[in-house]
Amino acid sequence: MRMTSRQKGAIVGSVNAAAEAGDARAKARRRARRTAGRVLIYAALVIWAIIALFPIYWTVSTSFKTAIDVTQDHIVPWLQFHPDWRGWRSIGLSPDTIGQPNSSRSEFVKRFTNSLTSAVGASLIAVILGSLAAYGLARFEYKWAIWRNRDISFFFLSQLILPPVALAMPLLVLYKELALLDTHVGLILVYVLMVLPIVIWIMRDQFISIPAELEQAAMVDGASIWGAFFRIVLPLSAPGFVSSFILAVILCWNEYFFASLLTSSAAKTLPVLVASQTGSQGINWWAMAAVSTAAIAPLVVIGILLERYIVRGLATGAVK
Amino acid sequence: MTESTVAAAGAWEVPDRSVSPARRNLGRAVIAVPTIALVAVAGIQIAHTARASAPGFANWRPVAYVYVLWAICLGIGLVMTKGERGKRALFVLPALLFTLAMVVFPTAFGFVLAFSSWNLSSSVGRQFNGFANLRQLFHDTFFWQAMLNMVYYVLSVLVQYAIAFGLALLLNQEIHLRRFFRITFLLPFMLSPVAVSWMIGKSIMDARFGPAAQLLRTLGAQAPAFFDRAWPARLSIMAMDSWYSIPFMMILLLAGLQALPDEVLEASKVDGSSGWQTFWRIVFPIMLPVSITTIILRTIFELKLADVVINVTGGAPGGATDTVSSYIFRVYNDRSNVGYGTALAEFYLIVIVLFLALMLWLSSLWLRKVR
Repeated sequence: MRMTSRQKGAIVGSVNAAAEAGDARAKARRRARRTAGRVLIYAALVIWAIIALFPIYWTVSTSFKTAIDVTQDHIVPWLQFHPDWRGWRSIGLSPDTIGQPNSSRSEFVKRFTNSLTSAVGASLIAVILGSLAAYGLARFEYKWAIWRNRDISFFFLSQLILPPVALAMPLLVLYKELALLDTHVGLILVYVLMVLPIVIWIMRDQFISIPAELEQAAMVDGASIWGAFFRIVLPLSAPGFVSSFILAVILCWNEYFFASLLTSSAAKTLPVLVASQTGSQGINWWAMAAVSTAAIAPLVVIGILLERYIVRGLATGAVK
Repeated sequence: MTESTVAAAGAWEVPDRSVSPARRNLGRAVIAVPTIALVAVAGIQIAHTARASAPGFANWRPVAYVYVLWAICLGIGLVMTKGERGKRALFVLPALLFTLAMVVFPTAFGFVLAFSSWNLSSSVGRQFNGFANLRQLFHDTFFWQAMLNMVYYVLSVLVQYAIAFGLALLLNQEIHLRRFFRITFLLPFMLSPVAVSWMIGKSIMDARFGPAAQLLRTLGAQAPAFFDRAWPARLSIMAMDSWYSIPFMMILLLAGLQALPDEVLEASKVDGSSGWQTFWRIVFPIMLPVSITTIILRTIFELKLADVVINVTGGAPGGATDTVSSYIFRVYNDRSNVGYGTALAEFYLIVIVLFLALMLWLSSLWLRKVR
């Protein structure tokens, strides 16, 4: 990024202006303004933190409320309402029900494991396929008919544009023919397709940042292309793998559109379960809250522990 | 993305170990035989589908297996015929063949479906009906309302961008607890839109006892309702959508801010009095390319918006909150005319491809002019 001469002039001018402002009164005024600025900054930060956290807090706290507390807008536990295990009891996860067999708990656990299987399975496959492709695109020059690296990269990235609705119905019919409806394999295949462009985007950037001389040295020592890839490049690009894997897991875990169209019972995932609770005979607020809390909890934990990698993955390609 | 880095890394000497003619011929056979097998198996199954009396398999799965086998043989054959260049192709080939299989077949099939009438619950099966779906589309007021809504939703990306930029600037200051604030601001991005629909749309925005309604009541609103009339409902959907998508833009913009050259930051620090001017004269212009990338990426995702609408309003009132995706979702769930739903989807696909191409072209033109 280059600055124009006008911008440079502006910088130099402002530096001079600040140096000349030796006046004590001006200094005091500046300090006051600075303090006011700090207060404003922290006020804005706290307000947005409340906006970001309140819905999460509301969900978690509602799962401990009884009917009266939900309808009377009680927010602070112990002061305004007495926490109760009601929501968790209704999905069989409260302390007094956890030891006994419970049909709604087994339903919940089934959806939870389905989500886990599809998200982790799809992310693993996408990371393997995507990192191989990204490595090839970062290191070699391809010429397939009129297709060069740029075209291949663009082809992969352009899959991001494809809206799920355009694929959903044809896939539904094709899956019926392939006997893949309501199976984990079917869902995983769609999810791999969904996250593959993102994985390729992140991993290509990661591989470009590793100097090619390292592998060339290894190849001079007799390693093959694939040997150099596995022994030199893989260990060095661990951060990129973590970033792309986590982002893929987040996207797959939260996916609703395909899951609701392509699964019905055996492979149904957690978001579909959450959505289906809303419809029938009014809403069981506490049960809904408990299911939602359980659905978002894993990702909140991942977010807090691995924030660095998520930010890194998202920011790929933003700065060049 | 830069092309120059790829070119630099790609200008990598090919160790030219020539392939013997015998090996090359064997390699060609390894590719040719499975190709013939694939065509044959697919042909048998097509004949079987067209006329049930013809021999074939119970479903199309064998064809998928043969496709996988064919892909493996293609890889082996390429290494045998092309040597080192074949080995290099192996890196990209799996992802490419996978994407082609998962996208090309459904899309091609989708365009066939779009010109047919098909009730999944009746026994009649698929019937070609020409341009009837397209004609119906042009008279479908719900669909055009949804298209108009997409314009509003895409415009809301600009508001999201402004807020996200503000947050990124805040996080880029010298502040205490920066890590805490960064994680907090990022959290909404991690949450499932379906859970968000419930948490915010159904519960916090509940007209009778949701805290948001209470807040409005204390501020003096008579009977706050978020989803009764068209614009309040639309704005509520936008608010929820923004809540979990602003973090994404914020992170990209923050990365851009952190990569600003040091002298710029120095200048804005010393020149504390005119921070606002520094921003418009220096920071904003330098951030323009990052901003455009961010807005385009976010627009791509915004065009797929569906989950929140499906789960909170289902398009109500009267389709005023529908996105194209959520409307088509309802048509699909009906299952009575798969062909019409697909026609809508394919039409929408063409529209957004054209729209994004135009957007990319205009932004590149504009960036060149600004520089």
